[in-house]
Amino acid sequence: MLVRPKPGILDPQGKAVENSLRHLGFTVDGARVGRLVDLEVEASDPESARAEVERMCAELLANPLIESYEIELEA
Amino acid sequence: MSAPRIAVLVFPGSNDDRDAALALEGLGADPVLVWHAERELPEVGAVVLPGGFAYGDYLRAGAIARFSPAMRAVTRFAADGGLVLGICNGFQVLCEAVLLPGALRPNVSLSFVCRDVVLRVERADVPLLARTEVGRRLTIPIKHGEGCFFADADLLAELEEGRQVVLRYEGENPNGSVDDVAAVVNSAGNVMGLMPHPEHAVDPLLGSTDGALILGALVDRARERLLAPV
Repeated sequence: MLVRPKPGILDPQGKAVENSLRHLGFTVDGARVGRLVDLEVEASDPESARAEVERMCAELLANPLIESYEIELEA
Repeated sequence: MSAPRIAVLVFPGSNDDRDAALALEGLGADPVLVWHAERELPEVGAVVLPGGFAYGDYLRAGAIARFSPAMRAVTRFAADGGLVLGICNGFQVLCEAVLLPGALRPNVSLSFVCRDVVLRVERADVPLLARTEVGRRLTIPIKHGEGCFFADADLLAELEEGRQVVLRYEGENPNGSVDDVAAVVNSAGNVMGLMPHPEHAVDPLLGSTDGALILGALVDRARERLLAPV
């Protein structure tokens, strides 16, 4: 699952990355730094795996006030 | 009873638990360190969540600590009207536990900031600021990398409406917190979180004793709670 700082939330880490890239001579219009969590989940089908990961996101992996997330499944 | 018992929670990675206990002891309390794995709190008049880096601040500061068994007990204690103070990392834990509104993000400067700050008292009618007055300036040190209080526009309006912002940074905002917020309370007023460290400002030798105004109020109320008939 991929966690991102919500749009509009100041992301100082992204800002620092953006500035460093500019210093290196790259043209960047913006950088946001999120977090990738690889999970191994055993489930009978993709739907139940997704539902389980949704619950993990809601309870622990993302803070809904400041972060959005998306889930990608691989069998 | 002369010395009211106050719990200071200890998470793996807490590092201001002993400073908090020492400060409380100096203010006439009987502090007891409570390990995060405890399911019940001893009989205490108040609870302090100290500074540090609970569970290494992994994932998000406070995110994992909120699920420790002791936090369930703290949640029950708060629901029963018990006084809970979260200092720095303790504030982050209380926000993650949704005992307090908002979230704490990395400082806008991305730098760890360690210095005295001046705070303006916005409310003196909450238990923990009972020894202060509105408009009073308190000098208390901060030392954090993630103290940027965030609330979106709706939540901020709600906090204003409920008068839940109780301390603001005066002068330069050290971390980029929205509306200069340094401390908030829950709607009932019995749970308070702040980024500055009152336990480091209780001795004139360290430059300020303003922290004793907050911790002293905590001790007062802990005494009252323990003396109150059940």
